[in-house]
Amino acid sequence: MAENGIGASVPRTEDHRFLTGTGDYTDDSNLPRQTCAAFVRSTHAHATFTLDTAAAAVAPGVVAVLTGADMAADEVGSLICGWVVTGKDGEPHKAPAHPVLAVDTVRHVGDAMAVVVAESAQAARDAAERVAVSYTPLPAVVSMSDALADGAAQIHPEAPGNLCYDWEIGDRAATDEAFARAHHVARLDLVNNRLIPNAMEPRAAIGDYNPATGDYTLRLTSQNPHIHRLVLAAFVQIAPEHKLHVIAPDVGGGFGSKIFIYQEETAVLWAAGKVGRPVKWTADRSESFVADAHGRDHETHVELALDEGGRFLGLRVETRANMGAYLSTFASCVPSYLYGTLLQGQYTTEAIYCEVKAVFTNTTPVDALRGAGRPEATYVVERIVDQAAREMGIDPAELRRRNFIPADAFPYPTKVALEYDSGNYALALDRALELAGYDGFGARREESKAKGKLRGIGLSAYIEACGIAPSQVVGSLGAGVGLWESGGIRFNPTGNVLVYTGSHSHGQGHETTFAQLVSDYLGVPFENVEVVHGDTEKTPFGMGTYGSRSLAVGGSALVKAMDKIIAKGRKIAAFSLEASEEDIEFSGGDFTVAGTDRSMNIAAVAFSAYVPHNYPLDELEPGLEETGFYDPANFTFPAGTHVCEVEVDPDTGTTEVVNWVAVDDFGNVVNPMIVEGQVHGGVAHGVGQALLEGCAYDADGQLVTGSFMDYTMPRADDLPDMTVETTCTPCPHNPLGVKGCGEAGAIAAPAAVMNAITDALGTGATDMPATPHAVWRALNG
Amino acid sequence: MSVNVSMNVNGRAVSGEVEDRALLVEFLRENLRLTGTHVGCDTSQCGACVVHVDGRSVKACTMLAVQAEGADVATIEGLAQDGKLHPMQEAFRENHGLQCGFCTPGMVMSALDLVARNPDPSGAEVREWLEGNLCRCTGYHNIVKSILAGAGAMRGGG
Repeated sequence: MAENGIGASVPRTEDHRFLTGTGDYTDDSNLPRQTCAAFVRSTHAHATFTLDTAAAAVAPGVVAVLTGADMAADEVGSLICGWVVTGKDGEPHKAPAHPVLAVDTVRHVGDAMAVVVAESAQAARDAAERVAVSYTPLPAVVSMSDALADGAAQIHPEAPGNLCYDWEIGDRAATDEAFARAHHVARLDLVNNRLIPNAMEPRAAIGDYNPATGDYTLRLTSQNPHIHRLVLAAFVQIAPEHKLHVIAPDVGGGFGSKIFIYQEETAVLWAAGKVGRPVKWTADRSESFVADAHGRDHETHVELALDEGGRFLGLRVETRANMGAYLSTFASCVPSYLYGTLLQGQYTTEAIYCEVKAVFTNTTPVDALRGAGRPEATYVVERIVDQAAREMGIDPAELRRRNFIPADAFPYPTKVALEYDSGNYALALDRALELAGYDGFGARREESKAKGKLRGIGLSAYIEACGIAPSQVVGSLGAGVGLWESGGIRFNPTGNVLVYTGSHSHGQGHETTFAQLVSDYLGVPFENVEVVHGDTEKTPFGMGTYGSRSLAVGGSALVKAMDKIIAKGRKIAAFSLEASEEDIEFSGGDFTVAGTDRSMNIAAVAFSAYVPHNYPLDELEPGLEETGFYDPANFTFPAGTHVCEVEVDPDTGTTEVVNWVAVDDFGNVVNPMIVEGQVHGGVAHGVGQALLEGCAYDADGQLVTGSFMDYTMPRADDLPDMTVETTCTPCPHNPLGVKGCGEAGAIAAPAAVMNAITDALGTGATDMPATPHAVWRALNG
Repeated sequence: MSVNVSMNVNGRAVSGEVEDRALLVEFLRENLRLTGTHVGCDTSQCGACVVHVDGRSVKACTMLAVQAEGADVATIEGLAQDGKLHPMQEAFRENHGLQCGFCTPGMVMSALDLVARNPDPSGAEVREWLEGNLCRCTGYHNIVKSILAGAGAMRGGG
C-alpha cells in the first residue's frame, strides 16, 4: 500500500484551513456594495394574511421590501419536488404549489412572506419587525391523525384529505397467505420521531447580479450546487442555466438539509436582480429550526409472521409519513422508494407488503435527513425482529442468524424491488458480538443489578441502499433527474493534477480521499493532486453529495476519467518511445515498453502533451485532460451489525450508553480514519434520535422545540467511546468495490439503542426519544 | 448608536466603530474580518464562537464588543505560529477531530482553556468540559481523542 494511497489513513488536506480559522464558509464572504436580507415569517401555522410594508420601506437603511406579490409579478415559479411518486390508484402524488414567498396564505410557522433588503443585517431585521402583518387564522392540522380525519381543515385544495399519496410496495396476497400459516405473529406500533437537522453552520446565501452581462451568481450552503442551478433555472426560472453561476464553498455540515431548494436562497438570488446589488442572508439558528427541512416523522404499525423455527414468513407494514406543509425537493421518495424497498433487511423474509400514506400538515416541510427512509426501515425491521425474539424466547442474535440471507446467495433479489449485490451478514454479526462481549453480558447485568441499575444490550443488523443511484431505475420510479456523477482529470504541463468532481464535500473529506484515489491510480505524488468541487463553472455537471454516493458514484466517475487519461497517455508514450501502443504498459505512474527498460513517467507524458512540437497532429491530439460520467449499474448495499449496551437508572429513568460496537461492511475502504469518523458521527445522530431529539409542536402548530435550549442535541457526555471495525465484501459493480459509509451509523443506531432499553426494562412501552421521563413512565406506568 | 472599541486581539492593538449593541463576535468577524470564529446559534449553546478573553474561554456571541474594551482577546487565527500549528491544532489534525470544520475553532479554543486549568484531563473530564460545545459531525469520539493527545503534547508527553 502506498503511503498516501488507497487504504491509508492519510490526515486530511482540508484540515489546515479549518484548524487555523481560514475556512471559506458562505457567511465569511462579503461582496462590494452588499446588502443584507431579513425575512418576514409567519407566526401562525395556517392563516390568510395581508401585509402593510409602508413603515418598513422607510425605515433606516432599507433598500427594498419585496413580497410574494412582487415575485408573482416577475413570474417567479414555484419551488418543486423532483420525484413524482405514483400511488396505488395509478395517480401521481399531489404536489401543491410552494411559493418562494407566500402570496396570501401561510401554511406553517416560519413560512416566508416578505424579504427586507437593507444596508446591514441589523437594519434589515429591524425593518422586518416593522412590516405589519394582518392574519386571519385558519384551523391548523398538526398531527397526521388530525390531518387525515374526516372534516379536517384542508391545507391545499389540490390535495383532498391532506393526502399527498397512498403508496404500496410488495405482494399483499402473498403476505396475507404467509400470515395465514404463521406459528407466531409479533406486532408493534412505532413512532419514528421528527428530527431537526441542525448542521452546525446555519444556511446562508449571497445573491449577485451583473447588469452588464445579465449573469447571476449564487454563493450558498449547498450539498449540490448544480442541482440548485438546474432547479433555479429550469423551474423557478430566475435565470437561464448558462447565466447562473452557483458556488458552494466550505459548507459546515449538511446531513441532507442543504440538498434542498428553499425559499430563502431563491428569494435572495431574485432580490439581487431586483435591487441591482448583492444580497446576503445568513440564517440565525431560530430560523433554521423552523425553515430547514425536518426529517423522519413516521407512525408505523408492523407485523412479523414467523414459523415454529423462527423463520420470517411475512412482514406487513403500514406507515403514515408526515410531509409537512409543502412537498420539499425530494420529500416524496423518502418514505416510499428509500423506505419500503429496504424492508427486506438482511433477511430472507418470504413475503413483504408495505403501504404508506404521505400526509400534509401545517408544519415545516419534511425531507431527507442522514439516511433518509433507510433509518426508518431499519428501525421497523430491527424492532420487530427483537420483539419476535423476546416473545418466542429465542436469543435475538440467534434469531437474526437463522434468517440472514446466506453469504453465497448473492446477488439476492428482494421482495421489495431491489437486488442486493454482495454481503456477509453473519460475519459482521459474529464479530460485533465478539467485540461487545455478548457472552459475558449476563455477568455485567448482574453487576449493574447489584448497583440498583438495569442493564440491557441491543442489536441492530441494518442494511441500506447507497451509491445513489442508477438513473434507469430511479427514472422508472419517478425521479426527475439522473443520478450519475461526473469527474474530470486535468494534468497541468508541470505534471500536477487538478481533480474535478460533481460531488461536494461538507465534512466528508473528499479533498483527501479523492486525492488518495487519483494519486494511487495514476502514480502521481499525493501532494501534487488538488481536488476541486462546489463550483458550477469549474466542475463538469454533477449531482452532489447525499445518499453515501460520493466515492461509489463520484469516485467511479473519476476512474472513468483516469482510464481515458491512461489511454491517451499510452498513445503519447508510444509516439515518444517509438513503440507500438499495444506494447505500452502502465504501472505506478510509468508508461513502459513491455519487456524493456524504456519508460516515460506520466508527468513527462503530460509535459509532452502540452508541448507537442513534433506531434503527428492528425493522429495525436495535444493536451491531457479527460472527463468521465459514471452511472451506477445498481445501488450499493452497506450493511453490518451495531451493538449498544445501556445502563438505566430506574429511580430517574436516565439511560447511559455504556458501550458501542459497530462492525460495518462498506466494501473496500480508501481512508479508514475518515470512514471510522463517519461511523462515529452517524451513531451520534442515531443515539441523539433514540435518547434526546424530539421535535414537538403544540396543538396550534407552534414549534415548541425551537432552540438548542428546547431541542436536545447530543453532547460529548451523552456518548461513549465507540469500537468501530469493518468487514469487506467488495461491491461487485463499481470499479472501486466501495459501498459508502456516511449514513450507516444513523441508520443502525436508533434500533440498537431502543432494543437495549427494551432489554433493560423488559418492556417495549417506550418510543423515541427515550428521555428519562419516558423511561421512568415505562417503568412506573 | 455607534461607539469606538479598542482591545488587543491576538497580540495586536485594534480598534473600530461598532453599534453599541454589537456582539464581540460581530466585531471580530465584520470589523476585523477574523472569520474563523463562527456563529452557530443565537442562544449561547453551540460554542462555535468560543474565544479567549483575558485568558478565559468566552462565547463571543454572549458578550458585547464594548464589554471587551481593553481586553486581551485570542482567536483561532492567533494560535499557529510561523505557519506551524499549535500542538492542540496538530492533535485535531492527526486524530481526525474535525469533519466539516465549523465547530472546530470553538472546540480548539475551549480545549485550550480546559488544558490551562487541568493539564492532564481524563476522557470523562474532557466530555464534561465540552458541555458548551456542539458538534454534529464527529460524534465527539475523535474530538475527545484529539484533546487528550493535544494535552499530552502540551505537557511534553508527546
